Amino acid sequence: MKYEITREPLDLEPLIEAVRSDACGAIVAFLGVVRELGDGDQPVDGLSYEAYPEMALPEMRAIGAEASRKFGEARVAIVHRIGDLRLGEASVAVAVAAPHRGVAFDACEYAMDELKARVSIWKKEHFRSGEARWRPNAAPGV
Amino acid sequence: MRVRVLAFARIREIVGSAERTVELAEGGTAGRVWDDLVREFPQLGEIERSTRLARNGALVEREAALHDGDELAFMPPFGGG
Repeated sequence: MKYEITREPLDLEPLIEAVRSDACGAIVAFLGVVRELGDGDQPVDGLSYEAYPEMALPEMRAIGAEASRKFGEARVAIVHRIGDLRLGEASVAVAVAAPHRGVAFDACEYAMDELKARVSIWKKEHFRSGEARWRPNAAPGV
Repeated sequence: MRVRVLAFARIREIVGSAERTVELAEGGTAGRVWDDLVREFPQLGEIERSTRLARNGALVEREAALHDGDELAFMPPFGGG
């Protein structure tokens, strides 16, 4: 499968091609996108992401393998962008292929939940006011 | 022994660099390196409880023993996605 951390804009097509298989009748493709109002109420101009790739990539692969084991041998690809992102740009792309759509959606949800909790990537919110703040993900289950 | 120390996100900003090499005595622990860094940059004390430590890419507790050439990372709570 495909697991990457990149500074380039994200494109779902290569991920979809990476997971496609004759055994799979469903492909779920997900993009996480920079939105104007983050978890706070101040408008955001953009986000910057940084990663510890030597730790993040193995964890992304482990999450993909778990998702496959738990959800019908799903085939998973995850790519995360780092660097400076503007409003509307995608920060993370996930594609999942599985025999049926239920497990494909579940595997995609699982991959995103685990990524946010376990993968060594950080984001900084840049507010329209000119201020900036590191924004941790909410604790699991919140 | 020499250990490579990596700092990320807010910790990197407080320390002022992403990477440094530190010398410490044999038997040194991950927590010892962190304590030295807090002494140098007291602002780190505010985020001590939420900081995670990784040795050679695997999460460890403060008591983890270090060896020459180890890579020790100090990481704030993750924010990917």
